[in-house]
Amino acid sequence: MKQNKQKTGNYYHLLTRNMLLAIIIVSVMPMILVSGITLYQFEISYHEKVHAHLKELVLKHKQNIDTFLREKLDNIRFLGTSFSFEELKKEDLLRERLEALQQIYGRVFVDLGVVNSKGIQVAYAGPFKLEKAVYSDANWFLKAMQSDYFKSDVFLGLRGLPHFIIAVREKWQNEKWILRATIDFLAFNNLVENLRIGQTGFAFILNQKAEFQTKPRLEMVPDREPYLGFLRDSGEFKDGVHIVEQDDAMGNKVIYVAAVLKHGDWLLVYQQKASDAFSELNSTVKIALALILLGAILIVTTAFVISKKMVTRVAKADKEKELMNDQIVETGKLASLGELAAGIAHEINNPVAIMVEEAGWIEDLLEEEEFKEGENLNEFERALKQIRSQGQRCKEITHKLLSFARKTDSRIQVVSINDLIEELVMLSEQRAKYSNVTIQVDLQKDLPTVKVSESELQQVMLNLINNALDAMENTGGNLSIFTRSEENNIILGDHVLIMVSDNGPGIPTANLTKIFDPFFTTKPVGKGTGLGLSICYGILKKMGGDILVKSIVGEGTTFTVKVPLRKTRNKEP
Amino acid sequence: MKGERLMSIAKVLLVDDEIPFVEAMSRRLKKRDIDILTAFSGAGALDILENDGSVETVILDVKMPGMDGIKTLGEIRKRFPLVEVIMLTGHATVETGIEGMKLGAFDYLMKPCHMDVLMDKLKEAVAKKRKHEEKIIEARMKEITSRRA
Repeated sequence: MKQNKQKTGNYYHLLTRNMLLAIIIVSVMPMILVSGITLYQFEISYHEKVHAHLKELVLKHKQNIDTFLREKLDNIRFLGTSFSFEELKKEDLLRERLEALQQIYGRVFVDLGVVNSKGIQVAYAGPFKLEKAVYSDANWFLKAMQSDYFKSDVFLGLRGLPHFIIAVREKWQNEKWILRATIDFLAFNNLVENLRIGQTGFAFILNQKAEFQTKPRLEMVPDREPYLGFLRDSGEFKDGVHIVEQDDAMGNKVIYVAAVLKHGDWLLVYQQKASDAFSELNSTVKIALALILLGAILIVTTAFVISKKMVTRVAKADKEKELMNDQIVETGKLASLGELAAGIAHEINNPVAIMVEEAGWIEDLLEEEEFKEGENLNEFERALKQIRSQGQRCKEITHKLLSFARKTDSRIQVVSINDLIEELVMLSEQRAKYSNVTIQVDLQKDLPTVKVSESELQQVMLNLINNALDAMENTGGNLSIFTRSEENNIILGDHVLIMVSDNGPGIPTANLTKIFDPFFTTKPVGKGTGLGLSICYGILKKMGGDILVKSIVGEGTTFTVKVPLRKTRNKEP
Repeated sequence: MKGERLMSIAKVLLVDDEIPFVEAMSRRLKKRDIDILTAFSGAGALDILENDGSVETVILDVKMPGMDGIKTLGEIRKRFPLVEVIMLTGHATVETGIEGMKLGAFDYLMKPCHMDVLMDKLKEAVAKKRKHEEKIIEARMKEITSRRA
């Protein structure tokens, strides 16, 4: 029994789990798939958008720097072509020109110098003492002598400060000479650094050897590997800009945007941590994930509640089905018992008939003259009378048994309620006697007959009588049955009232509302199915009648049955 | 004895599969001046009726093995329409008894029945049968006299 219960428990546990899984799979999976695909697409397009934006910014910045450099070079070239070597050798003029340039561009131009073909600075205007400085071995000088103009890398030079040089080569009396200007490192640095985005985005310039031409930000990790790669590939940059995302030495994902400057001598690099560049995307993704998680939790909770509820219902339905099956088995048992009783009754009837006939025969014989004088004639006659009356009693018993064991028949018949009640009372009298219950009937004479199924009405009445007898089984008491017809009742219609009252212990108010519910019983387990009154209720409702109950604890219970009178009313014969 | 029989009230065939019942009943009916024949099955009853045309009334049990009372009744009504039938039933077959009456039985009685009641019914049945026969004879006579006229 216990094992069986455990087995059932496991079954429902399994059912709950399967239901839960099914609900979760069919609801969470599509949600995750749709959200995942949407998020993925969103991330891709956001990346593309950010990349395009950065490319455009870097391209513009490159153009700014290019313009700056070209402008400065053009200024120097203009100076070189406007004045001759002789004129520019005069330091006053040179100073005057420097001041003029500084007036326009601020401190961008640091100094101006004129260097002859031997590398000796013949004139100088500026803050340093560089008159007569010798540049014959300087790298920039050697390169500047080879082309019409030249922009150097950043270097320390004789002054010991980072700077770079713009130089133009001119000719005077077949001798080459050079006009050079120093560009302020800080001013250039500010221009390049001007591109700052977010918390970690900044720009800087590298030369061909991947040396910084502007001052990078302090927190920069000195890892040149990515830059060397850009320098190698700089010739193949599409639209002059190249963008790539890769991990730096610390393992952080970094976006690099590179563009060539100075015809490939310099590389403008913009870099930003991906986490910074995509911070908005990341927070959106976080919100979306939180919402998905919340949705999933909601679904799981709902699924849990729903499956629990459903399994509870299934369990209840199963229990009801089980009880119903028990009831069917019980009914089957009763039916076969009924058939058995009918068979026995019929079989007994024949021997009884023979016995009665034989007794009748003896009676016949006793009437002959030879027996008339017999001493014990009176005794014989008394005994034969007794045999006949007991035979009659047997007949009545078998008659009751047979009429009661008749199969349930829902055919509508003309039924006399009074006869039906009297029959049932006779059947129940024996039981009532044992329970010390007296049955009183108060039946209205000339009660109209009703057109209902006799066996169904019999079932209802027997149920009510048996319930009343059950209630008074231990205490004894009175069971009274009363019938009245109520005709010309406008509200309720014409009907026959049957009241079955007992003075048993009564039904508590809390139970009164439930007594017509199926499977409600106060009888011990195995004694009652809890179906009797619900079947009565169902039968009467089907007939168009009703059943009502009134009960006072300690005083007793009265069931009132209303059986409708059909229009074709037949008075009892 | 012979004289008694000639003076009998009626000639009756009692049909029941319960032999002791048939024996007891036939003894009692004989004592009441009924000329009684017995059969223990429907088929036996039909044989007797076939051989003896003087049977006036049949007392027929409803519940019998083989050919039951209702079937036997049907056959009797078909083949010997002038013979009256009183059905004898147990309680379970009251409906059958009524059904039998619908099929043309004279009446039905429930076992065990009171001898006086049975005798009354028998007399009524025989009277009905004889009256019926008389009417038939009268009708034939009229037919014959009208032909002669």
